[in-house]
Amino acid sequence: MASDTSKRSSYFLISPMALIFAVFLVIPLLTIVVVSFWDYDEYRILPDFIFENYKYLLGSSVTWSIYLNTLKYAVLTWFFTLIIGFTVAYFLAFHVRSLTWQIVFFMLCTIPFWTSNIIRMISWIPFLGRNGLLNSALINLGIVDQPLEFLLFSDFAVVLADVHLYALFMVVPIFNSMMRIDRSLVEAARDAGASGFETLKSIIVPLSKPGIAIGSIFVITVVMGDFITVRLMSGGQSASVGLQISNEIGLLQYPAAAASAVVLLITVLLIVTALLRLVDIRKEL
Amino acid sequence: MAFFSKNRERRPTSFYFLAAFFALFVLFLYGPMLTIFILSFQGENGGLTFPMNGFSFHWFGNLFEKQAVGDFGGSFSRSLKLGLIVMVVTVVVSFMAGMAFRKRYKGDSIVFYLAIASLIVPSILISLGIGLLFNIVQWQPQWFTSALGAHLTWTFPFGLLIMFAVFNRFDPSFEEAARDLGASNWQTIQYVVLPMVGPSLIGVAMFSFTLSYDEFARTLMTAGALNTLPLEIYGMTTNVTTPVLYALGTVTTGFSFLVIALALGTVAIMRRRKGQKA
Repeated sequence: MASDTSKRSSYFLISPMALIFAVFLVIPLLTIVVVSFWDYDEYRILPDFIFENYKYLLGSSVTWSIYLNTLKYAVLTWFFTLIIGFTVAYFLAFHVRSLTWQIVFFMLCTIPFWTSNIIRMISWIPFLGRNGLLNSALINLGIVDQPLEFLLFSDFAVVLADVHLYALFMVVPIFNSMMRIDRSLVEAARDAGASGFETLKSIIVPLSKPGIAIGSIFVITVVMGDFITVRLMSGGQSASVGLQISNEIGLLQYPAAAASAVVLLITVLLIVTALLRLVDIRKEL
Repeated sequence: MAFFSKNRERRPTSFYFLAAFFALFVLFLYGPMLTIFILSFQGENGGLTFPMNGFSFHWFGNLFEKQAVGDFGGSFSRSLKLGLIVMVVTVVVSFMAGMAFRKRYKGDSIVFYLAIASLIVPSILISLGIGLLFNIVQWQPQWFTSALGAHLTWTFPFGLLIMFAVFNRFDPSFEEAARDLGASNWQTIQYVVLPMVGPSLIGVAMFSFTLSYDEFARTLMTAGALNTLPLEIYGMTTNVTTPVLYALGTVTTGFSFLVIALALGTVAIMRRRKGQKA
């Protein structure tokens, strides 16, 4: 009897969250899948069951080059955020020796992430622009004689902004993993004559893997689906899958957008499934 | 503790490299924000880049003139209201879900995996899906219906994961003691559980407010006819070419920091009160 009531109370307690996810996550995603088989003309979407949207999408070489481009952004961003995230987390966890300073430095890293992504992208304009700080400095120092054009509105700018936006997503989970490493392991390694690099390679990196996996999932999925960074930072000169979807939405070609969305979703889920083999998320909390 | 007490040991060379790297990282994070903060005080004839052409509050004034840059006041108040609603709903629902997850029951992993899915599904898909759904059933998208739902799919996973982290470290013997002393279920929650998880709930509140307040992609197709602030800012990036953009950045960033300060202040006060009682 008692377990019956407690079960019922669990179901009661979870129901609001389950309901919201059902209405605003599950049903919308199913809607996308359904609509991806629909037809459309200039004015409206027409219920149907056709494969034209997929045929057109997968048969177009543009799609493949857009996917390649998006993957390029994702891999580059992942690589740089991983290097930065690991180094920063390692510094905080193993080289800052007082807990107070660890907290202060950690807060220092997180504060910029509480502001709007769009504002953080815009903030690169005065720095990278043709007359921006970096170009002026380079010209004044005599390193270049003309402003570098590739700094803003380029692939470089997109990856730079992505790294700037999402580096914290790597720092936090890796730092979390590192703080759980038993310090006596590190000391034992050192007593046994391991160099700093050997300790890093055979103890710290393997034990930080869950954090690395979680951070990677975050960064890769967010960059794969991104469209606003690409639009703002490439100045409309590059494309990504998300941007393609948002353009199709803008043109009211909803079934085409839905088909792109389904393919993107499958891609992202495959990547995540691969990464989840490395980590059990529920254990890491 | 041994780790912290060996303070006087000589620092290895690698420490200085890492410290320099960290300093550069902080500069990388803050540098661009600082430049737009400075440039938002650009003189009336100044442009989007340095040099500063005098110093003025001109662009801040410009922000509040309705014709100049769209509807800043209206979109700000909508984002504020939406953020507050999202915050309250997320705190209550995440707390309930966190309590539910302390026991195992049939189907509990479904909601957990939905939360993870909600986190990794690209935001534009949520936007598109909800937009299509409303389109098909012929409901008018509104910031307080469709956009609210879209934002909740973003804040719930964070709320739930934070509650997991909290309850994983929560000692149930306090509740057992309260029950042994004759407290009802509700009294146990009110006098034992809530005070203990209070600071984390403030964290969830701060998280969910800021995530909603800054959310762009999930609002794109769900806000309906009236813009939220991020949509307004995005519109400005394509057609405004004056430092008023930076003024807006400075104002909204300042506002975000105010929210963090409020949240941290509340936690500090709660801690102190608890200390006095003990």
